[in-house]
Amino acid sequence: MKRLATAAFLAFLFSIPLWVGSLYVLHVLIVTGIFTIAAMSLNLLLGYTGQLSLGHVAFFGIGAYVSSLVSLGFSVHLAPNWLVTLDPQPVWLGMLWAIGVSGVCGWALGRISFKVRGAYFVIVTISFAEVVRLVALNWDELTQGPMALNNIPPLTVSIPGLFEFSFIGKVANYYLVLIAGIVAYVVIARLVHSRAGRAMIALKENEPLATSVGIEVTRYLVLSAVVSAAIAGAAGALYAQYIQIVDPNIFLFIYTVTMVIMVVIGGKGTLAGPIVGGLIFGLLPEALRSLHIGPELQWVAYGVLMIVIVSILPAGIVPALAGWRRARGPAKAGLGDAAEAAARQIAR
Amino acid sequence: MNEPVAAALSVDGLSIRFGGVTAVESMTFDVKEGEVLSLIGPNGAGKTSAFNAITGYLPAAAGSIVYRGTPLNGLKPSRIAALGVVRTFQKTSVFAGRSVLDNILIGLHLQSREHPLAIILGLPSVAREERRLVEKGREVLRFVGIESRESQLASSLAYGELRLLEVAVALAARPTLLLLDEPVAGMNSTETASFMETLGRIRASGVTILLVEHDMKMVMRISDRVVCLNQGRIIADGPPAEIQRHPEVIRAYLGERHARVEG
Repeated sequence: MKRLATAAFLAFLFSIPLWVGSLYVLHVLIVTGIFTIAAMSLNLLLGYTGQLSLGHVAFFGIGAYVSSLVSLGFSVHLAPNWLVTLDPQPVWLGMLWAIGVSGVCGWALGRISFKVRGAYFVIVTISFAEVVRLVALNWDELTQGPMALNNIPPLTVSIPGLFEFSFIGKVANYYLVLIAGIVAYVVIARLVHSRAGRAMIALKENEPLATSVGIEVTRYLVLSAVVSAAIAGAAGALYAQYIQIVDPNIFLFIYTVTMVIMVVIGGKGTLAGPIVGGLIFGLLPEALRSLHIGPELQWVAYGVLMIVIVSILPAGIVPALAGWRRARGPAKAGLGDAAEAAARQIAR
Repeated sequence: MNEPVAAALSVDGLSIRFGGVTAVESMTFDVKEGEVLSLIGPNGAGKTSAFNAITGYLPAAAGSIVYRGTPLNGLKPSRIAALGVVRTFQKTSVFAGRSVLDNILIGLHLQSREHPLAIILGLPSVAREERRLVEKGREVLRFVGIESRESQLASSLAYGELRLLEVAVALAARPTLLLLDEPVAGMNSTETASFMETLGRIRASGVTILLVEHDMKMVMRISDRVVCLNQGRIIADGPPAEIQRHPEVIRAYLGERHARVEG
């Protein structure tokens, strides 16, 4: 039953370009998908370890810049007589670099800030995102500053002499983002249902008890920060090669807020939560636009809906559904809803 | 009871202070391999503080704590757990939002060696290990007798079972020295009796036990030795029968009414 529901949902997602003709709708879905991946990565930190990263967009932006710079090539003075030059590299290599560099940034930030957690972590992450934005804005030689990095090439996969394919256009990018989303989901699901994920959950639920059975706090918080940052970096790289332009505004606080909203409203600490939240809050502005009401009313409706959901379902949509199912069925813990159990099957 | 041999845990001159207040003052005692040692004393005597210092949750102001030759002073709780010293908490402490089996799986943390990369890649070794852990987890649940609750949320357990789950989580970490902080507090007499039976089996499996408990009937029946604390100092140390008759213990802890009964 649960396997069937997952298969049906995936089949639905894969079929969308076949019956949705509008390129605009596909564009909205692609961007929503990219932000949903970012929200999934944030959920690993916020939902499973309980650490609120309010600078999560930094990893997304770093991923976008790193993959763009590697694929465009650059030439930059690290010291007055020290010029570092990189020739343009394949985009897939840029994406791997994006994942790696974001992961290393997550590691460094985790090592620094998990000694002091809670509010301090929130402050450190906000500052980090702001500093990275200022660097991107002012390091003209590398990032072109506000002039932005332009003409970023699309991802191309090839087997030399045999075949070559570039992800150009909406349909190709839709499938690219969908597959990336599935990979990110599987990685997170595997992690969450393993020894490492249990350690993270244990630290969030009851830290003294977790340490009493030998779980090292910093180690698992840092691990989750690394994986979370790396996935956010991958999402940023996808974004850059799709939009083909990256400017410092990618680091704006509002993007982090959007991710947090997606996670919290969908249900933090559940695998399906960020997907539900991501789809709702990615598509909602567009849905409201189609109502043909003034833009100010659209945003009022957006805000009201958000407040209503948060006040009715404070734990988020997915946990509420899971709780409702549990109340109807026999008293069983399980992992909640269909998507949660399906996650296990996909993960194995 | 057999005479236990070597000292597993040596606490020597342990002092614990909170600001200017001294909670424990130069406390010295040994726990021998395989024995059940109870720490008793009125509320505020420093029992739980001593527990916290031994398991790394509180810094010792002075003194040394050595387990099987390894000094524990300054080690993190997780390191101390890895050395085989595992505790439970005075206030009921489980992972309330997780299933009973998940609680045990968390407790089995030290018994598994899944590498993060292997997890992410979904290597078959990880799946095998997960199955093995679930088997082990069920074994632990059977041992304490709550295997039928496996898939229930921990928060939905009855109180007595909840306290058994706490012990099961600690046992999953495979302790060689188990510290239990008031494990039967709040239990009815049936639950206490069954808990004592479980404790007997834990002990029979070779685990040394350090117990803090207010239930005197249980302490006297199960302990090989009893250490009595009052206001941060040890006032008596000996076999239960001796402690029961110790005049200072009776005065400090058991009270006048008890003193008449025992006398």
